[in-house]
Amino acid sequence: MRLKLKYNMIKFENVTKIYPRNTVALEDVSFEIREKEFVSIVGKSGAGKTTLLKLLLVEEKPTRGRIFFKGKDITKIKSGKLAGFRREIGAVFQDYKLLPSKTTYENIAYALEVIGALEEEISRDVPKVLEIVGLTERANNFPPELSGGERQRAAIARALIHRPEVILADEPTGNLDPYHTLDIIRLLLKIQEMGTTVILATHNREIINSLGKRVITLEKGRVVRDEERGRFIL
Amino acid sequence: MFTSLKRIIKSGWKSFFRDRGLAAATVFILVLAISLATSLFLFRGVSQFIISLIEQKADISVYFKQEVFVPEEEILKIKDELAKIPEVKEIEYISHEEAVKKFLERYPEERSPHITRGVKETGGVLNLASLNIKAAEAAQYAAIAKFLETAPFKNLIDVDYYPRKPLIERIFSLTSTLNRAFLLFSIILAAAAILITFNTIRLAIYNSGEEIKIQRLVGASNWFIRGPFLVQGVISGVIAGLICLLIFSLMSRGLSLKIETFFPGLNIFQFFVSNFWTIVLIQFATGIFLGVVSSFLATRRYLKA
Repeated sequence: MRLKLKYNMIKFENVTKIYPRNTVALEDVSFEIREKEFVSIVGKSGAGKTTLLKLLLVEEKPTRGRIFFKGKDITKIKSGKLAGFRREIGAVFQDYKLLPSKTTYENIAYALEVIGALEEEISRDVPKVLEIVGLTERANNFPPELSGGERQRAAIARALIHRPEVILADEPTGNLDPYHTLDIIRLLLKIQEMGTTVILATHNREIINSLGKRVITLEKGRVVRDEERGRFIL
Repeated sequence: MFTSLKRIIKSGWKSFFRDRGLAAATVFILVLAISLATSLFLFRGVSQFIISLIEQKADISVYFKQEVFVPEEEILKIKDELAKIPEVKEIEYISHEEAVKKFLERYPEERSPHITRGVKETGGVLNLASLNIKAAEAAQYAAIAKFLETAPFKNLIDVDYYPRKPLIERIFSLTSTLNRAFLLFSIILAAAAILITFNTIRLAIYNSGEEIKIQRLVGASNWFIRGPFLVQGVISGVIAGLICLLIFSLMSRGLSLKIETFFPGLNIFQFFVSNFWTIVLIQFATGIFLGVVSSFLATRRYLKA
């Protein structure tokens, strides 16, 4: 049996992010994430979780340090290549960030349209993903017509439809009740089992303690703990 | 490429019809801007008609000396010679018979018996034939008058220019002022139309700012995001163009008679029909140009890296 070695998919190297008025969001942060890993980033509000994910999506640039994605320094990425880079990542947000003028089906299909997928692929894959996330009946509804849990499932479906190598989930359960929270976490675990790297930022203690996966703890912008089978300790 | 284009057009089309309130506001503002452009075009037609009416009043008349008999063939030769001068725009020969006829029409015997009798008595003796010369510009009349003073046939003619010089110059100064005022008026109105349209579309797209951010996060390229907005600009421009075409067709037909009572000979509907394709071009080009450029500029700020 051949052993396939997992490589470092993401690497933060002494990353510091300082916002105007000297607000330090991240300070000298370094860690690595291997492919197909499930990593939770935990910390209180303002600890720097969202900034860290924004840096990974190149929504922000670090003040100092370097960030590598599949060996490439994304802090130096050119604006013309940004769209192409983001297509390699699926992102899920606390506020869902669905396009309000598009239906659930169109929101999910949009992620395939931007990568230039064929119409046949779109009409084959979107119904499948809608079924996985349990939204087949809601395909023609617009986001305002969906419940919080349904919106988040639609956002996850959009994030995974184009089979990205990494999914970033920033507080995906922040607006959900416990039942839907469990639902979403199960979905993210399923995605990781299918071979996708998942990075979950949350401050939900129950979720972290039930997962038994790697946990990176942030406090005032610094990494204070990085444990393989971590727990929520603040 | 073709697939992306198809998707962009489809997305723009859907967005236009889904957000009807916004679409209606954009079309309305474009209708105003196109109406302004069309009015400027029609107004230019009217002002040129008025200017040409005024300019027709200016000319130089060349009379033939009474002490020398100048036969008609000689007059026609002089006319041909004068027509060769580049400054001469138009030259008209009025024969002695025509001059007498015109005079009698203007002063009928029953109204002014003394004048008429005088003309009738001397008409057989005097040569009333003349050449009426029109120049393209006021400044050219002096050059024509100078030419006539030094021409080989100068001993045969009397030039009626210097007494009318101030009047001619006033006419041309009035028309050039009118032209300048019209140009200035057009520039101000066009700038206002562009600014109003741009700001309305910018405000409309401002509501889509968050949507554009999401599209960027999903990995859409700038053109894939901007494209549907440009398509919406084109659709708005075409619909606004059609509305304006209908409005102006009906208005020019309805107002034509009323305008003609103020300016005899000026038929607005006739002008509209004879310039139909130019007007169509102005309306659609203005609508599409304003819609597309405003959408392009308004989305630009959200697409900066």
